[in-house]
Amino acid sequence: MVSLVLPRLIGLPAAARRSVSVMERNAAALKSAYWLVLISGFLEPVLYLLSIGVGVGALIGDLTLPTGQVVTYAAFVAPAMLASSAMSGALAETTFNLFGKMKYVKLYDGILATPVQPFEIALGELGWAMLRGAAYSAGFLGVMVAMDLTTAGRALAAFPAAVLAGFAFGALGMALSTFMRSWQDFDLMGSAQFTLFLFSGTFVPAESYPTVLRWLVEVTPLYRAVDLLRGISLGSLGAVQLFDVGYLLALTVLGLTVAGRRMGKLLYK
Amino acid sequence: MSALTPTLAVLEFHLIGYRRTWRGSVFSSFLLPLLTVLSFGVGVGAYVDSGIDGVPYLDWIIPGLIASTAMQVAMMESTWPVLSRFEWVKTYFSQAAAPLRISDILGGQLAFTLLRVLLTAAAFLLVAAGFGTLHSAWAPATLLLVLLVGAAVALPTIAFSASIHSDSYLALLFRVAVIPMSLFAGVFFPVESLPDALRWLAYVSPLWHGVDLCRAVTLGVAPAWSVTGHLLYLAAWVAVGWLLAHARFRRRLIG
Repeated sequence: MVSLVLPRLIGLPAAARRSVSVMERNAAALKSAYWLVLISGFLEPVLYLLSIGVGVGALIGDLTLPTGQVVTYAAFVAPAMLASSAMSGALAETTFNLFGKMKYVKLYDGILATPVQPFEIALGELGWAMLRGAAYSAGFLGVMVAMDLTTAGRALAAFPAAVLAGFAFGALGMALSTFMRSWQDFDLMGSAQFTLFLFSGTFVPAESYPTVLRWLVEVTPLYRAVDLLRGISLGSLGAVQLFDVGYLLALTVLGLTVAGRRMGKLLYK
Repeated sequence: MSALTPTLAVLEFHLIGYRRTWRGSVFSSFLLPLLTVLSFGVGVGAYVDSGIDGVPYLDWIIPGLIASTAMQVAMMESTWPVLSRFEWVKTYFSQAAAPLRISDILGGQLAFTLLRVLLTAAAFLLVAAGFGTLHSAWAPATLLLVLLVGAAVALPTIAFSASIHSDSYLALLFRVAVIPMSLFAGVFFPVESLPDALRWLAYVSPLWHGVDLCRAVTLGVAPAWSVTGHLLYLAAWVAVGWLLAHARFRRRLIG
């Protein structure tokens, strides 16, 4: 795996420049309605935070975590909303949009007539998705600080972690979309995504799930991202958060490698 | 040949298409709401110690989720599919070229949408009964209420989808209308705890009226508003929605 990715990474900066060109193309192609969609995407996690964190939180009161820490329900839910918005933002850009561009718009066939390589397309698209995801994460962390759900220092520390989660899901999404056969497959992915959103320790601590479900949840990427961001925003870091970082890094490398290979196969046939 | 025959022919067209795609909708319109019941009703409900108004949180949230699912199924069916029949597949233009009136095309579209709403709500209601969350013999009336909610949101949405040319506006509609409604119209927590201005927004939304009625019939409690008031308000959405949708269809199909 490393032998596949490393040489290409060392091939910078030419590869990086070409990846940035792919991002530039996306920026140039933005339309007005799409801008509105982009901006409104920021609101979604905030609305969930207000509805579930604050609204339902008023019914729940404070929550005693398995570590013994007592936090408000909103402070418990907020990092999970941050993680799942990083997931859904990254997946929206790297699956739906990537698939449409690859299969129907035939955008990459055109790009490949230039010196840009499939792996650079993958990197450029991922970078583009991350720009969007990072902006959302920064905005949401700002809301969390304003609502006194975390401190400014922790929010700063949580930002790179949220970006890392975005990279992991973006890479995973790109790898997945190279396996998609039709738009109908995306319904399945959307359903899987919503299921993760409901059960990744998002709304209640994973420790309260039945044992089997709990261990199933522990290995899912969203739960690892939630665990990492919650650890940072509540200031309860431990060794397990190091594992979270490793997990998300590994997922990023794996996703990118698979996506680069598969795109090469699909586009050069 | 009765006056309804052409409408039924349009409904038949939709049903034939659905025969090929129903499997996908089972997951999104039935299993996902069920998982929501488990995650929120059971999972989060375990942390709501005192319940709401003397009712366990699970029992309280289920009628809200039924109404909200009815809304979402109705909106899904009235957005991309409608836009696609104007913009991409152009089915409506073929239908308009057949001896069908605008009201037949629109009626068939609405009938199919309501049928999907009804099937989803019926399945959901059975699950609710299985969880032992229905407290009143009036519970089956939920099925009539979801039809009203479905029509109240579907018709204005159809009018909207018939007015646009890019599906980016549909993504936007979900962000500014559907998601806020499902989050703040009394499905997950009582609207009384919202700040005044937001509470009035919830009262304006058709979903809140549907949620309040569904909750009244499954729990056997008095609704927050008069039943007649709720029904008339939803009926007004249906009537105005029909007129708008009819006008948009006429403009787009006949010019």
